[in-house]
Amino acid sequence: MRQKLLSAIENHARISAEDLAAITCSTVPEIEKELEKLELERIICGYHTLINWDKVGEEKADALIEVKVTPQKGVGFDQMADKICKYPEVTSMYLISGSCDFVLFIEGKSMREIAMFVSEELSTIEGVLSTTTQFILKKYKQDGFLVENTARDERYAMS
Amino acid sequence: MRNPLNSYIEAIPPSGIRKFFDLVAEMNDPEVISLGVGEPDFDTPWHIRKEGIDALTKGKTFYTANAGLMELRKEISLFMERKYSLSYEPASEILVTVGGSEAIDACFRAMLDRGDEIIIPEPCFVSYKPCAIMAGAVPVIVDLKPENEFRLQPEELEAAITDRTKMVFLSYPNNPTGAIMEKEDLEKIAEVVIKHDLFVISDEIYAELTYGDRSFISIASLPGMRERTVVVNGFSKAFAMTGWRLGYAAGPAVIMKQMMKVHQFAIMCSPTLSQYAAVSALRYGEDDIRMMRDEYDRRRRFLLNRFEKMGIPCFEAKGAFYLFPCISKFGMTSNEFAEAILKEQKLAVVPGSAFGSSGEGFLRISYAYSLKDLEKATERIRRFISSRQ
Repeated sequence: MRQKLLSAIENHARISAEDLAAITCSTVPEIEKELEKLELERIICGYHTLINWDKVGEEKADALIEVKVTPQKGVGFDQMADKICKYPEVTSMYLISGSCDFVLFIEGKSMREIAMFVSEELSTIEGVLSTTTQFILKKYKQDGFLVENTARDERYAMS
Repeated sequence: MRNPLNSYIEAIPPSGIRKFFDLVAEMNDPEVISLGVGEPDFDTPWHIRKEGIDALTKGKTFYTANAGLMELRKEISLFMERKYSLSYEPASEILVTVGGSEAIDACFRAMLDRGDEIIIPEPCFVSYKPCAIMAGAVPVIVDLKPENEFRLQPEELEAAITDRTKMVFLSYPNNPTGAIMEKEDLEKIAEVVIKHDLFVISDEIYAELTYGDRSFISIASLPGMRERTVVVNGFSKAFAMTGWRLGYAAGPAVIMKQMMKVHQFAIMCSPTLSQYAAVSALRYGEDDIRMMRDEYDRRRRFLLNRFEKMGIPCFEAKGAFYLFPCISKFGMTSNEFAEAILKEQKLAVVPGSAFGSSGEGFLRISYAYSLKDLEKATERIRRFISSRQ
């Protein structure tokens, strides 16, 4: 049931509890209870709407920032991550293998705002050794969705 | 001038689907939502497409063996064994065809003499009857009943058998009804087939799209049936490969040898690039099948629930990607209903009567569409019927 529910909701976050019940062969109260449990257990971490802000004419800038830090004794990278995560500008953050420690995705109103955030906030955090900022120029695909999906249904309408 | 036409062909009526297609095309309205499509909405999985591209890059653009690439026939043989417990010899019992459609045509031409009767249960896909006529055979229609969930009953079969009957057509999971036949149903049919010394052509193109706890059973896997059955299957539905035009037939060598002759002279061989791609489909496509089947199953349940809520009777179809709701209570024929809902709500569906007279009173609803589309479409159905009540 849990597996079925998660697969059903993964790409259809707006689906109603009633439709979910039909899809997973259960009842509305069961669905509601299970969803609540999944949220409590942080298996469902949130319901997100993917918006292409560019189309709304909203001025926004995004950057990917590589961060090198000094890991701290006993807690490794987690304490550093905690500190950095708290900034609302940070939309995603990962610990990675390779040439740096963290990769962050930053969202700001403009490139200037992001630059200010990096120079005045991020790089001044104790333990941050260096940062490399890469501005995102164009988005093609995000969270599994093509940003500009121009594909039409090319099938014959009747077959 | 003499009549330039073959009288048999001339007498065959055009497909009932075609008529509706023309209606929709005429409207040319971007707001029309169609639930009329008979092919998957998924793209062919990338690894399969890549194999096709690679084959093209490497210049694999020549004919293959008439029966198909040996490598592909071996994979088909393994697939049929693994999935349906059917055992066929790649060298003499498997023929790679241009879609399942060609396999059906070749089978009819190889097995049916002029005047032989072939029993075709309806509602069924639109090509069977014309193909039988084109092969010179006589189609004998059995009207399947909704109260049996459109499964062929042994008594119905018995009643249709005459001295001229040679073959029985089975197409489960079924287009348009979504009906399936379970093992017990098939056993009863097999008994009648063996008793009357008949043959079976089993169109199993939707076999992988079987839902519920029980997996697909082929009639050829029942005792005494392998030697009298030609199994038709293909890549279109299971792997979302309709445009690649690739199917296959498997049966006893004595039949396949003659089908091979028809294929060799009419077609030469199936498209080479598609054959290379199909090898990858069979080898590495299991997860793709599962992913698509799970998604279809979600949509199927979604729609069943919606129809139930709207008070439109619809039996729980467990196969293919169609539901076959009954709309007779609205006092319209299938055609009238489909035309009216197209005009008033801009929703295109295929009237059940396009698949035989026993489809009258029903609609074929395809769920080869995203849940989002299905949600919109069912809302239009709801609006349509509430304006009629």
